[in-house]
Amino acid sequence: MFRSYTDARARFALAAALTALPAGSPLAHGFAGQRFFPATILTDDPFVADEMSLPQVTVNPPGPDGSRETDIQIDLSKRITPDIGVTIRDQWQRLKPTGLPAVTGLGALQTGAQYQLFVNGPHEALGLVGLNATWAHTGRVQALGAPDFTTLSPTFDFGKGLGDLPRSLPYLRPFAITGNLGFDFPTKVESAGLPNPNTFNYGFAFEYSFPYLQCCVKDIGLRAPFNRLIPLVEVAFTTPINRVSASQTVGTIQPGVIWAGPYFQIGAEAILPATRLTGHGYGGVVQFHVYLDDLFPHSIGRPISEWW
Amino acid sequence: MRRTLVLVAGALAIGAEPSAWAHAFLDHASPAVGSSVPASPPVVTLWFTQDLEPAFSGVTVTDEAGQRVDLGKAQIPQGSPDELQIGLKPLTPGTYLVSWHVVSVDTHPTEGTFTFEIKP
Repeated sequence: MFRSYTDARARFALAAALTALPAGSPLAHGFAGQRFFPATILTDDPFVADEMSLPQVTVNPPGPDGSRETDIQIDLSKRITPDIGVTIRDQWQRLKPTGLPAVTGLGALQTGAQYQLFVNGPHEALGLVGLNATWAHTGRVQALGAPDFTTLSPTFDFGKGLGDLPRSLPYLRPFAITGNLGFDFPTKVESAGLPNPNTFNYGFAFEYSFPYLQCCVKDIGLRAPFNRLIPLVEVAFTTPINRVSASQTVGTIQPGVIWAGPYFQIGAEAILPATRLTGHGYGGVVQFHVYLDDLFPHSIGRPISEWW
Repeated sequence: MRRTLVLVAGALAIGAEPSAWAHAFLDHASPAVGSSVPASPPVVTLWFTQDLEPAFSGVTVTDEAGQRVDLGKAQIPQGSPDELQIGLKPLTPGTYLVSWHVVSVDTHPTEGTFTFEIKP
């Protein structure tokens, strides 16, 4: 296939495709200039993409009441145009309350629409706005606590690499931060006698990219698989802004590492509760995540607007 | 759930396109990224993780004043489609900036810069 692609017709198609690319197009997963942003596990990514998590397995820390929850999640991101994308996510859950039998089933279906606000290559910066929806009655409401109401969640996601620091600070340049700022607006003020507050959600991922260190700062001799590792710490919090006390903030701190290859990435993080209300002890999450744009660059890996 | 996973994995396997296609990352370079070398190298060579599209791949080398010190035309050597090479003028001691942009054979562009130093 490689050889056939070098014929004249394929070269013309390639040239046409490249010519048609809008300036600053992110070209699927997280590139801004020479910075590659991996797909993070806890916090949403600041770029539209053709990617899929298949699966993400989470063993949550014990809740405040000692209950244990395990989730297996599938997550798909698809570009409609180079700058507009959609996401869909669902998960199978197993909940084991203390002293009661375990219950299993699907959680609520989540979908999202995204627009890539900007990609700044020289400053390694990305910005994205999105509107996510968690849909009512799409999971086991009574048994698993899936919502009987729809929640709308506008969000702003950003990413910034520190590669534009002076070259006199070489070992700081591989650092990057991504983050989310958003709100949840439930469409029903209470369920089963309990309030459904509006909430403010904020989360950040602090990353140190060994690939960036190797390619763009200093080749320190790392070889596979270590030259593709990205250690990171993610944090995310949800704070009520009405109907209940703001002290009911929940959140987690998740140190871990991502290995990013040419076609997929594998990530693993520990889960540490950041507030007493979140739980106690520790949990863990692993994720296998594929880059559809690299696996299928001439078909489903392209934006739908470029299929014809 | 298990059936869903099997179906999706099967679809991926059946639909998988050739494995030589993905974004091209810089694997290593000579002179090495961020290195100090004792004398002026005749060429800068970059090795990438994927094969390159010659018509859309290039590299320049500039000195601290921003003046180009390369010989003008980057080349992909015969039989090494993942390699990009450019000749250099004789260089004096100092720091030099290598700026590259490449397109892998699946049309994904990537770019990057790094420096190397020639010791006094």
